[in-house]
Amino acid sequence: MEDFDDDEFDGPIKKFMYVNRKAPYGTVYALEGLEVVLITAAFDQDVSMVFVDDGVFQIKKDQETTGINMKNFSPTYRALEGYDVEKVYAEKESLEARGLSGDDLVIPVEVLSSAELAELMDAQDVIVSF
Amino acid sequence: MKLGILVNEGPFTHQASDSAYQFTKAAIEKGHEIVRVFFYHDGVGNANKLADPPSDDRNLVSLWSQLAEEHGVEMVVCVAAAMRRGINDELLAAGFKISGLGQLVEAGIIGDRLVTFGD
Repeated sequence: MEDFDDDEFDGPIKKFMYVNRKAPYGTVYALEGLEVVLITAAFDQDVSMVFVDDGVFQIKKDQETTGINMKNFSPTYRALEGYDVEKVYAEKESLEARGLSGDDLVIPVEVLSSAELAELMDAQDVIVSF
Repeated sequence: MKLGILVNEGPFTHQASDSAYQFTKAAIEKGHEIVRVFFYHDGVGNANKLADPPSDDRNLVSLWSQLAEEHGVEMVVCVAAAMRRGINDELLAAGFKISGLGQLVEAGIIGDRLVTFGD
């Protein structure tokens, strides 16, 4: 992570939502996306994180990555709470399609339907999708 | 309207950077204010001055530089993403600068909209 002094910023608070759509490995989006979430939280913004599609695999328990020579960065998601990122959601349909439930995940999430997520998205100021 | 622009792909494999450039240019021509263009992921490749496509192809790196020169657009390359990909200050084309992810967040806060281009 980059160093960032969050005492410097004194501005408005907006609702930022990060939509994680991609599997944790295979492309770099999940890893670099997580860095943005942590920085946004350091700006004291109202941050939500959503896992949809293959993005739900990012927070799957028991990831074993030695065979692909990649760092298993799933423990980093547990740091979100320490950054006061407590609004974490996973899409019900995405979990079900992949045979997953909340018990399979490394962090507690609120499971919402696609329709419920759509309402939540509608209430955001900034949505960034990785 | 104040617009922040996020570019997440390199200048050649995907059309995202072309779309971002065309959008940014059109927005300026329509009188909108560009808060900042932020380059993340492989988007940092848009700042590589060594890019040298064939002469009958568009050169997005120099197009961005021209846009910055003509309209004073602020163009920021993420330091962490750039370091991973071997982009440093010496490789930056005119008009680009390297800074932190905070610049992206700030663009989201200041702007009326943050518009993302990428996969």
